[in-house]
Order: sequence, then C-alpha cells, then structure tokens
Amino acid sequence: MDSFEYHRPSTQKQASLLLTSSPRAHVVSGNTDLLGEMKQGLVHPESLVSLADVEGMKVFHINGNESKLGSMVTLSDIVDSKYLKVNFPALVEAAASVATPQIRSIGTLGGNLCQRPRCWYYRSPLFDCLKKGGNKCFAVGGLDKYHSIIGGEKCWIVHPSDIAVALTALDAKVKIFGPSGYKNMKIDDFFVGPGIDIHNENVLKEGEFVSSIEISCDDKSSSTFLKFKERQSMDFALASAAVSISLAEGKIHRAGVALGGIAPIPWRLQEIEEYMMGIPIDDLRCSDEFSAKVESSLGDAKPMSENNAYKIDLAISHLKRALDKVIQDLC
Amino acid sequence: MPAKTYVQTTINGEHVDFLCEPRQSLLECLRDEIGLTGTKEGCNDGNCGACTVNIDGRIVTSCLVLGVEAEGADIETIEGVADGSNLHPLQLAFLENAALQCGICTPGFIISSKALLEQNPNPSEHEIRFWLANNLCRCTGYDKIVRAVQDAAKRLQEA
Repeated sequence: MDSFEYHRPSTQKQASLLLTSSPRAHVVSGNTDLLGEMKQGLVHPESLVSLADVEGMKVFHINGNESKLGSMVTLSDIVDSKYLKVNFPALVEAAASVATPQIRSIGTLGGNLCQRPRCWYYRSPLFDCLKKGGNKCFAVGGLDKYHSIIGGEKCWIVHPSDIAVALTALDAKVKIFGPSGYKNMKIDDFFVGPGIDIHNENVLKEGEFVSSIEISCDDKSSSTFLKFKERQSMDFALASAAVSISLAEGKIHRAGVALGGIAPIPWRLQEIEEYMMGIPIDDLRCSDEFSAKVESSLGDAKPMSENNAYKIDLAISHLKRALDKVIQDLC
Repeated sequence: MPAKTYVQTTINGEHVDFLCEPRQSLLECLRDEIGLTGTKEGCNDGNCGACTVNIDGRIVTSCLVLGVEAEGADIETIEGVADGSNLHPLQLAFLENAALQCGICTPGFIISSKALLEQNPNPSEHEIRFWLANNLCRCTGYDKIVRAVQDAAKRLQEA
C-alpha cells in the first residue's frame, strides 16, 4: 500500500478544510471499505481525513418520534439499540444483515451509505472499466449474474448498501457538511445513478461528507427489511426489500417501499407507495388489484441477460413477504 | 522514510506505546512493531478473521484497522487470554475437542468466541455459527469448533 498522511481533526470545519487542501485527500470513517480499495490499488489517497474524533459525529438524539443518528454511529450501535428496534425495525434488520460482527463493530452508518460498489470488474485492478475512467463496462457481455436489472445506463453496478434501502423506505433525510456549511436533502436526492454521474454513487462533492441521518416514525407504524444472500452467514444482497407503513385512523398515511441489490441506486417503488396512500390497511390485505400491482412492479426491468433475470422474481418475492409482514403487524 | 506516528494503547491490560507509519495496519503493528505474533495474517482484507482482536469490547479484524486508528484503544489479543500458564476454558475446550489442526485460524476463533460468551453465556448452535461467520477454518469443517464453544460455555457456567 502506498504511503499517505493521516489526519484526525476534531471539528467538521477542520475536516472539510483538510479534504479541500489536497485533490487526493480522502474522508474515512470505519475504513472497512476504503482500506480494501487501497490494498487492491484501486485508490491512492495522498491523505486520509478521519472523522473518528470529530465532535458530534457519534450523536444518537431521540426527540419524540424523531431520531438523529451521527454518521459515525457504528452498525453494531444500531443493531444493539432497543429504541431503534422498536421504532425503526427496518433499519436494525438492515444493519444486522450487513457483513459480520467484526465488520459491524467498526463499519459506520455514513460509511455504509458511501461504500463503493462490489462489481467484480470495478474491484479488480485488471479491468479499466467506465467507473474507473475507462471506456467499457465489462459486465456487458461478461459475467453479469450480480449486476443490475433496472436503472443501469452504461454502467450496471448495483448499489451495495442495505442500510440505504431501509432508509429509503423510511424516508430518511441526509445532512451533509461541506465548505459552505450544512446541506439537508431527502435520501432519494443523495444517491445518483450512472446516467447522472458514472464515477460516483452519490452527490458528495470535494470537501463534503455525511454528517448525520434523520428519520421519523408515527405512533402507529411498522417497517421491515428482508434480504436474500447467496452465502447465508455473510454476503451482499442478491435482492432485498424494505417496507415502511404508517397509519392514521386505520388508513395508510405514509408508505415507503424500496428494493435493493437490483439497481445502481436504492430502487423506490413510487407507484406502489402512491397506490397504498389513504387505503384502510384491512382492505389492502385482500386486494387483488394491489397484488397485481406488486406482481408487476418491476415491469420496466431489463435484465442484462438470462443470467441476472432471476433477480426480478427474487426481488418481487421478497417485496411480497415484506409487505405481508408489515401489513400483518399493523392489522 | 515517511514520518512515524506515536500511538498509545493498552494491550492485554498493559500500557503499550509504539511508532508506526499511517499505512501500517494494526495487525502489522501488533506483529512487526510490538512483537505480538499470536495474531495471524490470513487474507488481509477482512474476510477470514484470522487477525481478529478485541478493541474496547468489540471484535474487529485488525487487518482493516490502521495502527494510527488504535490511538487510545484497549486491545485484547490471544496473548492476553490465558492467565499465566493456566489456559482459558475456551483454550482448554479447543484442545480437548480437537477444534484445531494447523492452528492459523485458532487465535481469531478464540478471541471471537470469547466475546460471544461474554455477552451471551449460553448461545445456541445457530447463534455460535452466525457469530463465527467471519472466522474461516480450512481444516476442521467447523463442527468441532462449534462443539468446543458449546463445551466452553458449559465450563464457564459451571465455574
């Protein structure tokens, strides 16, 4: 591994300044992903700016039904939180499904959202793919079993973060810190597909990093996250589904539905969400129309080949199970 | 020669300071700078768990932690598990259940299992297998390791 400088600032402002002081400065949180990339020779930072000592980055504020989680909160912290388990089960289930105890101990919320794709052509130093500045996506006509079936454009990665899928269903907000201070955005605006930016998976610019995540729940709400892994004990998602529903007077007044492992960004199913709004939860249970909508929710999917077409059925079956679970919880 | 950083830690209950380059992993620091070679290098990318150590009560793969990131950490390695010449019940259980062959993965398994039994003194077989997902053994086929952890849990509860 190449030599680099290591900085451990104590404020967000200092961190941002250090990140803008060198074009090859890299922000680092848990380091489980970046260090792997550095060892592979995929990235060559001149300096690492650690967020470990930055004030306020490990906050865990609860205010009524609202929660603010600092970006340096670890995945183990999330898994161990009884409050999150009761109020945001989808987030806890997603965090628990990530990797292993060793990785969850140091892997962080912000780092999980900003991890780089697992596409084997991207990860291999032997392939100069589009994402790395080359002129070809090697998955096209190559080994595409793990690649996207929808939303791919030129580059066919799938977004690797399980937590991003859960947070999409939970309508999280992302707070970014950068040279011009704080920026708040919906989680949907944080992630970008290859059609917008082929080199990055999110909107972070030089000197910016995720500061915290905000989520809120209602008095009568439930959520879940389900994931299919090829290797049960530790793996990335072949497909996953997150569902979050809130009720007011027996009717659905908030619905979040997202799929993972199938697209370059967490894939929100807006049509399903809109269909559910205002419907009494009991009616949804036995609605043939709703079942048909769910069944055809990936109608626009275009698998790269027969090798990754299995993801349509896999994602839909997980979506159905996730919806059943949440609807049953609330009935 | 890049400048070295001065790092202060506690390792197995003793204050340990060392100098390292930012690019050195905690695993390299433990083995090459401090001389604690009980922690093993396997894959060096976080998959095999041979380099597992405990930092501040949580297990980590030390190949994915930089030495400089260990500043202020309380670290437990395999060298700190036995009490002098008295082996820890987990170590005895591994020996008596023949839960090792080549032994490279064993320090990682012991550190991971110890953390599990500290927070869950009576884990089910399913819980043991999932907890040890990040520790790979290419010799034993895992069964003897799981039996050894169950045996150690019994010994610790009876103690």
